[in-house]
Amino acid sequence: MVLDESVVSLSRLQFAATALYHFLFVPLTLGMSFLLAIMETVYVMTGKEIYRDMVKFWGKLFGINFALGVTTGLTMEFQFGTNWAYYSHYVGDIFGAPLAIEGMVAFFLESTFVGLFFFGWDRMHKVTHMCVTYLVAIGSNLSALLILIANGWMQNPVGSHFNPVTMRMEMTNFADIVFNPVAQAKFVHTLSGGYVTGSVFVLGVSAWYLLKGRDIQFARRSFRIAAGFGLAAALSAIVLGDESGYNVAESQQSKMAAIEAMWKTEPAPASLTLFGFPDEETQTTHAEISIPWVAGLIGTRSTDKIIPGIDMLTAQNAQRIDRGVVAVKLLEALRKDPQNKDLLDRFNSVQADLGYGLLLKKYVADVSQATPEMKAAAVRDTIPHVAPLFWGFRLMVGLGISFLALFLVSFYFSARNTFMEKKWLLKWAVWGIPLPWIACELGWFVAEYGRQPWTIHGVLPTHLSTSTLSAGSLWFSLGGFVFLYTALLIAEMFLMFKYARLGPSALGTGKYDLETAAAKGV
Amino acid sequence: MLDYAVLKFIWWLLVGVLLLGFAVMDGHDMGVGTLLPFIGRKDEERRVLLNSVGPHWEGNQVWFITAGGAIFAAWPLIYSTAFSGFYFAMLAVLWALFFRPVGFDYRSKLASPTWRNAWDWGIFVGSAVPALVFGVAFGNVIQGVPFHFDDTMLVFYTGSFWALFNPFALLTGVISLAMLVAHGANYLLVRTEGVIRERARVASLGATVIMLVGFAVAGVMVAGMQGYVITSVVNPDAALNPLNKTVVQQAGAWLNNYHTYPLTIAIPVLAFVGGLASLFFAARRCGVAAFVATAVAEFGIIFTAGVSMFPFVLPSSSDLANSLTVWDCVSSHRTLGVMFWVALVMTPVIILYTSWAYRVMRGPVTVEHIRATDHTSY
Repeated sequence: MVLDESVVSLSRLQFAATALYHFLFVPLTLGMSFLLAIMETVYVMTGKEIYRDMVKFWGKLFGINFALGVTTGLTMEFQFGTNWAYYSHYVGDIFGAPLAIEGMVAFFLESTFVGLFFFGWDRMHKVTHMCVTYLVAIGSNLSALLILIANGWMQNPVGSHFNPVTMRMEMTNFADIVFNPVAQAKFVHTLSGGYVTGSVFVLGVSAWYLLKGRDIQFARRSFRIAAGFGLAAALSAIVLGDESGYNVAESQQSKMAAIEAMWKTEPAPASLTLFGFPDEETQTTHAEISIPWVAGLIGTRSTDKIIPGIDMLTAQNAQRIDRGVVAVKLLEALRKDPQNKDLLDRFNSVQADLGYGLLLKKYVADVSQATPEMKAAAVRDTIPHVAPLFWGFRLMVGLGISFLALFLVSFYFSARNTFMEKKWLLKWAVWGIPLPWIACELGWFVAEYGRQPWTIHGVLPTHLSTSTLSAGSLWFSLGGFVFLYTALLIAEMFLMFKYARLGPSALGTGKYDLETAAAKGV
Repeated sequence: MLDYAVLKFIWWLLVGVLLLGFAVMDGHDMGVGTLLPFIGRKDEERRVLLNSVGPHWEGNQVWFITAGGAIFAAWPLIYSTAFSGFYFAMLAVLWALFFRPVGFDYRSKLASPTWRNAWDWGIFVGSAVPALVFGVAFGNVIQGVPFHFDDTMLVFYTGSFWALFNPFALLTGVISLAMLVAHGANYLLVRTEGVIRERARVASLGATVIMLVGFAVAGVMVAGMQGYVITSVVNPDAALNPLNKTVVQQAGAWLNNYHTYPLTIAIPVLAFVGGLASLFFAARRCGVAAFVATAVAEFGIIFTAGVSMFPFVLPSSSDLANSLTVWDCVSSHRTLGVMFWVALVMTPVIILYTSWAYRVMRGPVTVEHIRATDHTSY
């Protein structure tokens, strides 16, 4: 069962492209849904109509974004089955559950109430409508929770074991899967990333109106809400991202070592590499600038525990691959003789390393025939490529710090009520609009590229996870996705720019600047 | 915890219920989407149709998404085998569905007739193509699909894309499309007035007749078709290797369950009763009753397919023993148990707040209403 390598690469490319594309729309949904709820709360509390108009106008932009979030989410739902059939069989028992629960608990809630959010303004009391808006926000956030429970299990597969009869992983403890610390840390970090994205978006667009001198009352209120919410979000993204780092260090040592370009295991507490040029050939980092102690403190929350470097991890993984070969052979025997208790006991004693044995299937169908060169190659595979992770991570963190700076400054001048005169700040906010998307996508890249060579860390290698499709089928579908997604993105961006430029005048109330100007014949 | 065998059966029922939920809820807005360019001749008329489902289509679509997710969780082998085997058919459904969220949300955001007309046809494609392809897929499943597993349970599909479009499958495709169009037209009887309502009435009557005739013809074809029978002893209460059984093909075997359990004949009978009742009520413009009638027909048609094949879910025509059944395509005992309790708690909650949403938005959608809410309507 050696799968075509080009099919594996194309399936990965298609999944990466469609998932990253999907996540262009998700963070804005997560962040804006709560911003809308906050604005509407202010409306209900103060009764000032301008806040209702804010909910309606930012809601329009939210809706333009939401449509593509739903559209591209459909692809994610289909793609495990269409392109990752072996994965779906092998882990569907566990991975399918949070996805199905996401539908029942979260997506129904979000989607049912988003319709009422848009259409229900005149049909219910304002407090009821505010509750509807909160339900949309809660639904979208719960949705992220369940998806990240599924994703967290890919990174740290707890609460499960391998069943040789059904030839797949099966759930042993549902609560372990839900309360997987990796999933929880990823959830809060992803949410705060979404809140930052929503806040930067509202802050930047509002700043643009202020620079144009249009709809000042509307824009300055929006700016202030975004500055306050954004500051809280940026702080938590950094603090919770650190928690996420701690979890990565615990459960996915190879990812941590690659991110930190930690070629050699350092005595505890390890230093943090701030900057440098990692070189995989020579296993060194050139021009390295590092701070003593910091990586050890973040990664282990202690001064005496070591963080294993790449040298130590590859040595460990070589042993696991040897045990994995034994596990694969025992499983093959067990498939022919399923009643044999002795075989089952021996298999169970090594089943934790089954996945490491399967890594060799990339090189040879019968893993007991693997040569030392093949084993060495499989060991090398267990460490993801260092440079992309090293750089991706640092860029993400740098952007995160820049958001904190932006919101600190914005919040400070909001509190002093002088932000409208600070042209440089307004320009920073406008030009900074695309940056959170880059940070979000980098975060996913680091998390998922750093998971390689596995789809399920330590359990199922990526190269065994796909469907038995032809490369031609993959080229066709990939081409179709690129074509359709490009067309949809053009339509989305066109409407987004059009409505953002119109501003609150898009509501047709006749109160806002473009309309009053038109009415005066200016 | 409930017995494994009981849970396996419950999940067969629950997948049926989710597919029925999809047909009743998403089905009616897909029916409306299919009728959109034909019943709506002017822009304002089309907006009436769009806004009749506007506040609800998004929630309704989740029935489809949840059915997919539940099949992943409860029947992972069906999810992986059917989705990868029907690769191009699934892409067709997926790419067609793309046009719905964007079509609904973007269409009326610009006044240009070209823009609006293009999205209207996009919504048509996004509604009609999935309805048709689902029916075609069902037709192929009933006849058996060429796939097999290797010893590691890696699945190989050996059929071609074009072979999916055989006469029986095309017939089931037409039944599926006609069923959703009739249901959507009946929904329009409830939510619209005047000329649109009259056109919907004609569409409902025509589509229901096609559905009824198609279902009768399909019944005759199934009676003579090669069905599948398990010939080895299967223990439904155990975790099973799907490859360890023997299966044979027998002409007419898809009627065996009706002989063994005569009460099940009520299910195909309900399909006819629902269809005839829809004709009766739609002719008299009783929208709500006609809508309930097509929902009953959908129940009859979907469960007829399920009962005829039981316990088979996805028979393999190329390697009979590799056929997947309700006993061996399922998740583990624990997963089925957890998912059962989640479904048991959540389904009534979902039905409750969905009903509230429909209640809030009740009443006819008219051209005057569209004019008054030009900036907020679809």
